Amino acid sequence: MKRTLSDIAHGRSGDKGNHANIAIIAYTEAGYDWLRKNLTAEVVAEYFEPMQPSAVERFEAANVWGLNFMLYDILAGGASRSLRIDTQGKTLALTLLQWDIGRPRNLKAMLRKEEKPT
Amino acid sequence: MKTIRIGNGCGFWGDSVDAPIRLADRGKLNYLTLEYLAELTMSILGLQKQRDPKAGFAGDFLDVLERLTPILKQQANLKIITNAGGMNPHGCAQRAKEILDKARLKKRIAVVSGDDLMPKLDAMLATQPFTNLDTGEKLESVRPRVVSANAYLGAKPIADALAQGADIVITGRVADASLTVGPAMHEFGWRWDDWDRLCAASVAGHLIECGAQACGGLWCNWRDVGDWSDIGYPYVDLADDGTFTISSDAGPGVNRETLVEQLLYEVGDPARYLTPDVVADFTSIALDVVDKRTMRVRGAKGVAATSTYKVSIAYRDGFMASGTLVLAGADAVEKAKIAGEALLKRIGHPFDRSNIECLGADACAPGVQPGAHAARLAEIVLRVSAHDRDKSKVERFAKEFAPLVTSGPPGVTGYTSGRPNVREVFAYWPALIEKDAVEANVEICS
Repeated sequence: MKRTLSDIAHGRSGDKGNHANIAIIAYTEAGYDWLRKNLTAEVVAEYFEPMQPSAVERFEAANVWGLNFMLYDILAGGASRSLRIDTQGKTLALTLLQWDIGRPRNLKAMLRKEEKPT
Repeated sequence: MKTIRIGNGCGFWGDSVDAPIRLADRGKLNYLTLEYLAELTMSILGLQKQRDPKAGFAGDFLDVLERLTPILKQQANLKIITNAGGMNPHGCAQRAKEILDKARLKKRIAVVSGDDLMPKLDAMLATQPFTNLDTGEKLESVRPRVVSANAYLGAKPIADALAQGADIVITGRVADASLTVGPAMHEFGWRWDDWDRLCAASVAGHLIECGAQACGGLWCNWRDVGDWSDIGYPYVDLADDGTFTISSDAGPGVNRETLVEQLLYEVGDPARYLTPDVVADFTSIALDVVDKRTMRVRGAKGVAATSTYKVSIAYRDGFMASGTLVLAGADAVEKAKIAGEALLKRIGHPFDRSNIECLGADACAPGVQPGAHAARLAEIVLRVSAHDRDKSKVERFAKEFAPLVTSGPPGVTGYTSGRPNVREVFAYWPALIEKDAVEANVEICS
């Protein structure tokens, strides 16, 4: 069975002028460790290469198991000028969540689990 | 320990007009915030005000306020903070007062202004370059085309308005999170250099500013939402020690997933989220699960705010139109592309920019996941867009969709809503201005 990023993480994307941000959030700590190693800025830049971002920068938010990517100049003009249907990059996170992650060895430890009150 | 409850019932102009009524009714709030201004809303409001000096604010707010009047009678202490004032907060306040008078409600309305830099823009240009934060260009290059320039004010004037006894605070452009920080500063009397608590309140404001997005809206695990018809809107219970809990008045509530998705929404460096009030470090916070629909946020750390306000400038940038047609039957995508190309070619002149999309086949992230299934689709939406500085060219473009109904490939349909609208484009120019060059005003409207 093909495994995608959406099996081990969730996310959300939005706009900042002509730039987009994509937050990818691991379901577990093991998943976050895997993301930190494997979902690099270079990987994301290559994935979105057809949309020609001028640069991709990655930020870490370890406290929430999140990686935040800035994709610069990817929105073809942004909210006001873009001729695309998704002027604000709202769907980019879901597109990235379709990334094929292969078969990570400790996949089971990365899957979504129910959380109890602390 | 004292806590205050702040809920946000509106995340943008166009959001549900029922949500604020429900949230105020069910939420037992101390403060209801209503956020109406996106990056470019101000330019549209600015033009409305040029045409009609009484216009230029978010009119939806008046409908909401009118429907809130029975609740304001029941909940005498409920206060409202909104940026609905847009480019004309005084005009908005005047109309709001008429509504309250009619309902025989005695409320003190405060107006926060001073964000509008247009009246003094040329004088300011002598000392403030308004360099484009993205491109590094100087504003002079587009100055004649500028239609609006607004500084994102902070929480101080809102807190000042509340200290003057305001029940309803109507602002122009303020930072979204400051709508929450203002009441927090007023209620708790925190120092303006208490960066950790300012950070906490800013995180709270950031989490609720987009309404339902904190509590089920856009949630990746959308199957867990349940009843989408009453999704719920978020509120925070903020305590004097700078911790808060966050939940919602209906729907799935707030859980770790919905919270973190929204925490990182429209954020650059999460360790340095800039607001006028503080530089907030989102990586400092810790999250606890209180119950299935409530989360606690603690440990927020901030550092000193910068010396500048962000400025959102809009300038005229030509005209745009987009239209759609549906292509059905065998080879739908291939036919859509042919029809789109023919449409542009028939006009006989090029545009500054144009775009052909097949909605349903690789339009949202073009080229990233090219759909092998596209060839098998039985129907597709063709969308063609054009942008040009010459309005007449774009008007001509808008007339070229209908002819395809009879002169295009077979299976064309969906031309029912008439010619596409031609709209003026306002391009976005982000900049900074030194805070001491801007004067925020608070007036009580009587």
